[in-house]
Amino acid sequence: MELIWEGSKQAVLLLVRGDPDVLRIAFLSLQVSGTATLLSLLAGVPLGALLALTRFRGRSLAITLVNTGMGLPPVVVGLFVSIFLWRSGPLGFLELLYTPTAIIIAQFVIAAPIVTGLTIAAVQQVHPKLRLQLLGLGASRLQTVWLLLREARLPLLAAVMAGFGAVISEIGASMMVGGNIYRQTRVLTTATVLETSKGNFEIAIALSILLLVLSFAVNWALTWIQQQGRTR
Amino acid sequence: MSPSILALEGVTVSYSGTVVLQVPSLAVQEGQTLAVIGPNGAGKSTLLRLLGLLETPTHGRVFFRGQPLPRGGDLLSLRRRMASVFQEPLLVDGTVEENVSLGLRLRQTDPIEVGRRLGEWTAALGIRGLATRHVRTLSGGEAQRVSLARALVLEPEVLLLDEPFAALDPPTREGLLADLKAILAKARITTVFVTHDRDEALALGEQVAVMIGGRILQLDVPERVFANPINEEVARFVGIETVLAGEVRSVTDGLAVVDVQGSTLDVAAPLTPGERVLLCLRPEEITLFPRGVTPAPSSARNQLHGRVLRHLPTGPAYRVTIDCGVLLVAAVTRQSWEQLGLADGAEVVAAFKATAPHVIRRG
Repeated sequence: MELIWEGSKQAVLLLVRGDPDVLRIAFLSLQVSGTATLLSLLAGVPLGALLALTRFRGRSLAITLVNTGMGLPPVVVGLFVSIFLWRSGPLGFLELLYTPTAIIIAQFVIAAPIVTGLTIAAVQQVHPKLRLQLLGLGASRLQTVWLLLREARLPLLAAVMAGFGAVISEIGASMMVGGNIYRQTRVLTTATVLETSKGNFEIAIALSILLLVLSFAVNWALTWIQQQGRTR
Repeated sequence: MSPSILALEGVTVSYSGTVVLQVPSLAVQEGQTLAVIGPNGAGKSTLLRLLGLLETPTHGRVFFRGQPLPRGGDLLSLRRRMASVFQEPLLVDGTVEENVSLGLRLRQTDPIEVGRRLGEWTAALGIRGLATRHVRTLSGGEAQRVSLARALVLEPEVLLLDEPFAALDPPTREGLLADLKAILAKARITTVFVTHDRDEALALGEQVAVMIGGRILQLDVPERVFANPINEEVARFVGIETVLAGEVRSVTDGLAVVDVQGSTLDVAAPLTPGERVLLCLRPEEITLFPRGVTPAPSSARNQLHGRVLRHLPTGPAYRVTIDCGVLLVAAVTRQSWEQLGLADGAEVVAAFKATAPHVIRRG
């Protein structure tokens, strides 16, 4: 208990003082995970809407694959993204391994199935006849999809939260493809592991608190938007 | 006759190889209200989706103003000349105003015109005072009025209504039905109205199509469909519960004597001896008397003795089933039921005129 108490006090001091290293790590975490979440939204929402609204051979298999992808272990993602990005790998020429971009790619692979899967569920919970009704009022296909997504926006925001939550807290992929390089690819989770292993508990606790605060702040903002929509 | 605005030719719709709709031909005349009635699962909604260009037929062609629809082509511009209303209001999250103007906004209509039409149609549907209310706070009747206003505000060339009153309580339904009837009479919008409710079809339809088992069995003005059904299925659907199979024994001066399961009935119809017929009797054509009571002199040539099997309340009357060797269903007001001292098991005489039965010839 003593250790936690002392560590927490040190952590608060570090945060209050605005330790540049800690802030840099926090900012990079937010940047990387935010970008990965945004990219997963750009890919996952249209793909989820497509899978929810169309019928084609193999659709069921595609949805099963997406649902399976929702539980992808980050270390597995890290391993495969590493293999692809290694100098001798298929995408080695891009020289992205051990860069923030590599972490974004790995986190995108983790978040995209979550956003896609939850988008499928969100769109499918909208009244099944609403699509027909919108077409019957003269909506184009694009307008129909947009209006259906608008109707599903509350569960879609939950998809955003789930996607962001998954990537801001993962460590395996970030460690493997980012390498936890000081001032380059060190993010909150990898830094916490490192500081813990070095016995710097106060820094590790500070980083953990910061991770929780960041996660809380983002989710609070999204929840506020979501509940505004619900109670309007 | 006015030209047809929508027509089907040789249309079938199949799902997984099962034919659910088969319409050799159908023409909806401009300005007409066509009521399509039939039991659940008859294919009415499929027909409406075809007419609304929301579904394409497996075979056959759909025509809009005489022009066949391009197969696989973009139907958006044609669909934007129509509007559909479904059983559920299917409103989108937002205010009444946002919902009513939805179709106009999808068409990028000029805001001034949107405002004008909003005012006009929310007033016509009696929801002007609800304009800023969120749709989640509306009652079922109010929500359905919003749904109708959302379609009518588009001033469509064709209005397609799929059982829009089915989910409403009777007083709400009657109020909305009356308002819609007045609006359609004034605006003369071509309307196809699907319902399983005969009263709604009678109230709104200028033509009635009876649809059973994916086929339109009869299409005519309501009076003829309800008085002269073309076969037993239609007869039963339009509320004729007594359908008696018989054979014409003799004909004298236009009055046929028909054998019906051991009883003989007089029927005023141009029949020939030996013909096999179905006699359809509406409940309200049959009068009941307790046995032993001498009825007042009347032209009811047919008087069958029987026993009351059961009586069921239906609104202000009872629907009484009588076993006279054949089963007859009569409608008796509650007042008459009590005055005549009728009861289940009572011996009665069922009387009806020779002109009462509608005759369907059997092949």
